[in-house]
Amino acid sequence: MTQSVGIVTPQKIAFETPITLSSGVTLPRYDLMVETYGELNAARSNAILICHALSGHHHVAGKHREDDKAPGWWDTMIGPGKPIDTNRFFVIGVNNLGGCHGSTGPSTINPDTGQPFGSTFPLVLVRDWVETQVRLADHFGIRQFAAVVGGSLGGMQALRWTITHPERVRHALVIASAPKLTAQNIAFNDVARQAILTDPDFHGGDYYQHGVVPRRGLRLARMLGHITYLSDDGMGEKFGRMLRSGEYKYGFDVEFEIESYLRYQGDKFSDYFDANTYLLMTKALDYFDPGRFYGGDLVAALREAHAKFLVVSFTSDWRFSPERSREIVKALLDAKRDVTYAEIESAHGHDAFLMEDPPYHNIMRAYLNRIAAEVNA
Amino acid sequence: MSTRPLRPDLQRIADWITPDASVLDLGCGDGELLAWLARHKHTRNYGVEIDVDSVTACVEKGINVIHSDLESGLTQFEDGSFDFVVLSLTIQAMHNVEGILREMLRVGRTGLVTFPNFGYWENRWQIMIGRMPVSETIPYQWYNTPNIHFCTLYDFDGLLGKLGMRNTGRVVLNEGHEITVLPNLRGSLAVVRFEKV
Repeated sequence: MTQSVGIVTPQKIAFETPITLSSGVTLPRYDLMVETYGELNAARSNAILICHALSGHHHVAGKHREDDKAPGWWDTMIGPGKPIDTNRFFVIGVNNLGGCHGSTGPSTINPDTGQPFGSTFPLVLVRDWVETQVRLADHFGIRQFAAVVGGSLGGMQALRWTITHPERVRHALVIASAPKLTAQNIAFNDVARQAILTDPDFHGGDYYQHGVVPRRGLRLARMLGHITYLSDDGMGEKFGRMLRSGEYKYGFDVEFEIESYLRYQGDKFSDYFDANTYLLMTKALDYFDPGRFYGGDLVAALREAHAKFLVVSFTSDWRFSPERSREIVKALLDAKRDVTYAEIESAHGHDAFLMEDPPYHNIMRAYLNRIAAEVNA
Repeated sequence: MSTRPLRPDLQRIADWITPDASVLDLGCGDGELLAWLARHKHTRNYGVEIDVDSVTACVEKGINVIHSDLESGLTQFEDGSFDFVVLSLTIQAMHNVEGILREMLRVGRTGLVTFPNFGYWENRWQIMIGRMPVSETIPYQWYNTPNIHFCTLYDFDGLLGKLGMRNTGRVVLNEGHEITVLPNLRGSLAVVRFEKV
């Protein structure tokens, strides 16, 4: 029987030891927002870390209040009896450093100035996030994660974990991800950033003090992103050329259903997401390239890993296409690591990793059962 | 893990595989052979499989498996990365037979192939009475068969020769029993080991 983890309460964890980021900037302290589900066993061997993607956060499963409209962003995957089974595993969701859901980020008040960090908040790389997540593991007394799991940018964090802290991750589940972005992918991110940076309400990143948010820029960024997360077929199936009123109006108002959908998504997103965080997250994506520190050789980077890997991609995902996942698989094979790879038939594009789909969930469940057996979860 | 005996043709393959070897099973299905090898011969295993449910079945058995179409080659594997490469009851359904045999001996040292022997007397007989053969090892009708490349024992050895490879061992079976007398006539299934000349 599968069900929800129910009502969950996030917690804010303070880290008072300074952290020096890849950019060279040192943060004297920071907070991370976290949710946990399930129980950590006595051996502390059953912990799973969920790493989030561009717009994700710590609220991965369950609801905060009974009347919440939607549960956490990966509620289909995580819960009692679900593939990541909270009856067996202790699951941690974390909002990354630089986020806008309670962890220290650009919208946090800088205690030195009494103003939000804004433009002074440093850029954060995937490896920096992993360092903060290592400290999070220490906080819970977790020596080794049974698995680090993530989709998209989250998959990059899982990959980075295995290279930088090989002894602390038993399995990495890298879903709809890539070993580094292509020029096209960086280009999409830059258009999104330009939309925000050129919004008159951006004020160089210090819009908080002006009592405004660069809503138009953020909205455009999200609309563009959303197009790339869906597939042509998926969009065609859902919206086609459907008109809201059934006939042409000869103007620039919303006419096609797809326009309505994208504008709605953009509006919704710009209501709650912080523009500086969006900029920061896209740069973390662009900079990610674990092979870079090994002479451009991903194989050499992955030779550091001790973990076993599950790599999953989706056929219609063109933002993080199966070819990119196969690059990870090939590098793992060349590095003589253990890897299993599945390419799931789906029309849902990049977003498929968030959806419920029997073949996808079956393979996740099978792999996690194997992990559970290894760690006596 | 299951301890039940292997299918007879898989058992013949398993007999040729040395303990602690590295094995790549192409079209590994639900991973029956690799699971048996891991348990009994402590081999280092990889499977390649095109069907997603079979991939899941492999994961359930703890086998590393790559979800991929053999027709696109074995580009993900480096030269010489396996001791044994297995292709079981698949070659007759492949478009590029020469390509996959070359790939097998690129990524591995020894190839192990099983295929239905078209020279089996029942097949010959059915053709002689004017029908396409349907038998235990070729269970399809002409209009729904995935099999496109049939051969006899002699034909297969001929192709190996053309590719600079040689047969280094052969077992011929009929309903699981080994056939030593007139194998190309009396055997329905061939298990062939091959290496570079």
